[in-house]
Amino acid sequence: MAKVEFATPELKEYPIIPKLQRDAMAHSSPYVAKDKFQEPLGYPGELVENWKEVAIAKMGELTNKYRSLQVFLDSCVKCGACTDKCHYYLGTTDPKNMPVARQDLFRKVYRRYYTLAGKLVPKLVGAEDLTEEVLDDWYTYFHQCSQCRRCSVYCPYGIDTAEISMAAREVMDTVGKGQKYCNEIIGKAQTLGNNLGLPEPALIDTLEGLEEDVEEETGVAVKFPLDVKGADILLITPSADFFAEPHIDGLIGYAKVFHEAGASWTLSSYASEAANFGMFIGSYENMRKLALRIRQAALDLGVKRIVFGECGHAWRVAYSFLNTLAGPFDFLDPNYPVPQHICEYTHDLIQKNALTFDKTENDHMTLTYHDSCNVARASRMGDVPGGQFTIPRDIIKATCNNFYDMPEHAIKEGTYCCGGGGGLLTDDLIELRVKGALPRMEALKHVTENNGVTHMAAICAICKSQFSKVFPYYDFTMDQIVSVHQLVSNAIVLTQADEGDSDEDKQSDDAEAA
Amino acid sequence: MSVLFAILFYLATAILVLGLAARTRKYLNTPAPLKIPTTPAPTTRSGVAFRMLKELTIFESLFKSNKWIWLFGWLFHMGMLLVLLRHLRYFTEPVWWWVELIQPFGKYASLMMLAGLGGLLLRRIVVDRVRYISAPSDYLMLLLIIAIGATGALMTFVTNADIVTLKDYLLGLMVFDIRTMPTDPILVVHLSLVILLMAIFPISKLLHAPGIFFSPTRNQVDNPRERRHVAAWAIKLESSESK
Ligand code: HEM
Ligand code: SF4
Ligand code: SF4
Ligand code: SF4
Repeated sequence: MAKVEFATPELKEYPIIPKLQRDAMAHSSPYVAKDKFQEPLGYPGELVENWKEVAIAKMGELTNKYRSLQVFLDSCVKCGACTDKCHYYLGTTDPKNMPVARQDLFRKVYRRYYTLAGKLVPKLVGAEDLTEEVLDDWYTYFHQCSQCRRCSVYCPYGIDTAEISMAAREVMDTVGKGQKYCNEIIGKAQTLGNNLGLPEPALIDTLEGLEEDVEEETGVAVKFPLDVKGADILLITPSADFFAEPHIDGLIGYAKVFHEAGASWTLSSYASEAANFGMFIGSYENMRKLALRIRQAALDLGVKRIVFGECGHAWRVAYSFLNTLAGPFDFLDPNYPVPQHICEYTHDLIQKNALTFDKTENDHMTLTYHDSCNVARASRMGDVPGGQFTIPRDIIKATCNNFYDMPEHAIKEGTYCCGGGGGLLTDDLIELRVKGALPRMEALKHVTENNGVTHMAAICAICKSQFSKVFPYYDFTMDQIVSVHQLVSNAIVLTQADEGDSDEDKQSDDAEAA
Repeated sequence: MSVLFAILFYLATAILVLGLAARTRKYLNTPAPLKIPTTPAPTTRSGVAFRMLKELTIFESLFKSNKWIWLFGWLFHMGMLLVLLRHLRYFTEPVWWWVELIQPFGKYASLMMLAGLGGLLLRRIVVDRVRYISAPSDYLMLLLIIAIGATGALMTFVTNADIVTLKDYLLGLMVFDIRTMPTDPILVVHLSLVILLMAIFPISKLLHAPGIFFSPTRNQVDNPRERRHVAAWAIKLESSESK
């Protein structure tokens, strides 16, 4: 692939709203999916001859199926409140990356074919025919939206551009213009069980390797069970946790927590993926197929609970959609929510004083926390609204001595996307990813300079991969991004040790937590 | 003249009412297949009602978003609300007590409304981002409402229209009895523009008024784990498989 030359944006002391520069990102669009990636998902292999009619008809079908889409297309008053809320606009200055302008790419076609005013006086109301240029614009700019929903927080009507992006991608898939990255991955997950296409033997190998590593390091036989029938808990985690850094340290953290809790748990080789890219392409059917694998695995293994590992959009699909797509889960233990987040699980144990931590193990770091947008704005943890903000922070504070939050506008419900979510975590979009990370980088730099922050923790596989890739562009280093359960892993004192030879003496002075 | 306006009034009212009814029915009949509230979201129905109430009265999200748009938008909407309520006195005999009560404030509400509209128009022209997203209709809509407000304010504060005859005419319209309409030119312009606004309401972005009540990101309860939420068309997917 030809290397794209581009300049990394400069980090400013205070965020400013840039002046718009037309077509600044018009050249950025991802590889189109070939037929071998399109057809397994039920889409045509290449652009169909009568694509215009098909696209317009699909648009009508979707406005009848999704109230969100219908209401959002009608309701925007062009007030402009959302125009400075998207990290991609702030990072690229391309006006079509303003949320309302992105919606308008779709809305102008909707108006032309589905509204009276658009049919009669298109020029007056900004309606436009569907042409090849419009389709190209769709492909370009609906792949510059990470579906992070930041715009929906600030719109007076809650208009969520992510919903429009999903619909637009579904229309493009239907006419045969899908995105390679997403569709290839969905195909793998639907056939092999995970996004990376890891076959079962490779998974077994990896997990055995982890068991050896952890035992060597801690002297404790922490297990990483796979396909254990009759286990209590099924852990569904993003496949990146099996090999990527810093994801894998998070996986080790989950295993140590389960070990300490004395829990009986297992991974599944059939459903070895938490991520669900079906959401990114707006396809209910494909999303559902992936979700059903999880149900199947839970049934086959006869588990009582389902717990999800650290992943942003996966938690959205799990928390908000799993019951809808693959429920009801009446065969699981009704005493626990279905599904649960690993942070909820660990947090519960902390509340019950069932875990012992040596916080000094994390003293070489000063931490901040990146709220993953899909967790922050599209889901919840715990029983009260906002639990998704407090629970991970509580875990960090229980395991680390040094923690500072980034400025308020850049965290919690206002959190900025990492720049790589929504099916954009691909090398052919690297320029977009670097530029889209700008607001987060500014916020991070702020706490680095003012509070001496050295590391940022996250609970999203995509965020972690994205940050380790783009940090160097902004003079941070790859290893400054850590998993929340990596901090847990560092600090947890393994009391359930039975075989001795620990090189860490503090393991002897703990209270016995059962 | 009286007859022409009577016909136009009936027509515009019919378009407004039937148009909005049709649109609302469309929103009601279109399922929301997935739970997509923007979180943190309330976990109960009453919590959602409170969230909506805040959106409707203090424009909570807009306030978080942009203080200038909030200020102008809120001045305009609250001004408009007062003005509309004040107009009820032309349609009720005897005038309801609470409508009487707001008359003194209502009188100045038109100025509040115009100030807000002026601010919105100015932003639309001056701020490059808002200019970029504006179609001709976005300016025209503001100008139309400004013109309605300005002619109204003119009659309140400067020329004093023949309110007694007007009220008689409007009360007549309500019982399908066409009486004489005053022909003060400013009033005629005012009424014509109002008729136009009513007629375009259901086919324009003014649909945000009913739309906000149907916005799933705002009106859904955050309880997907506790209660299974499935749309009718999605249930069909399930049953077609189990055969
Ligand atoms: C929670 C409720 C509402 C919010 C937050 C809201 C917000 C807004 C905003 C931000 C604008 C700005 C337009 C601009 O910048 O040009 C606007 C315009 C307008 N709204 Fe509302 N609105 C609400 C409800 C209503 C209702 C119930 C009506 C009912 C009649 C209404 C009528 C209008 C009109 C006539 C305009 C001006 C026309 C235009 O600019 O297109 N709004 N609204
Ligand atoms: S904030 Fe909402 S209504 Fe305003 S321009 Fe953006 S999408 Fe449209
Ligand atoms: S969903 Fe996120 S990425 Fe997409 S337009 Fe809104 S703010 Fe931008
Ligand atoms: S990758 Fe992370 S930050 Fe980016 S959209 Fe997903 S959850 Fe948000």
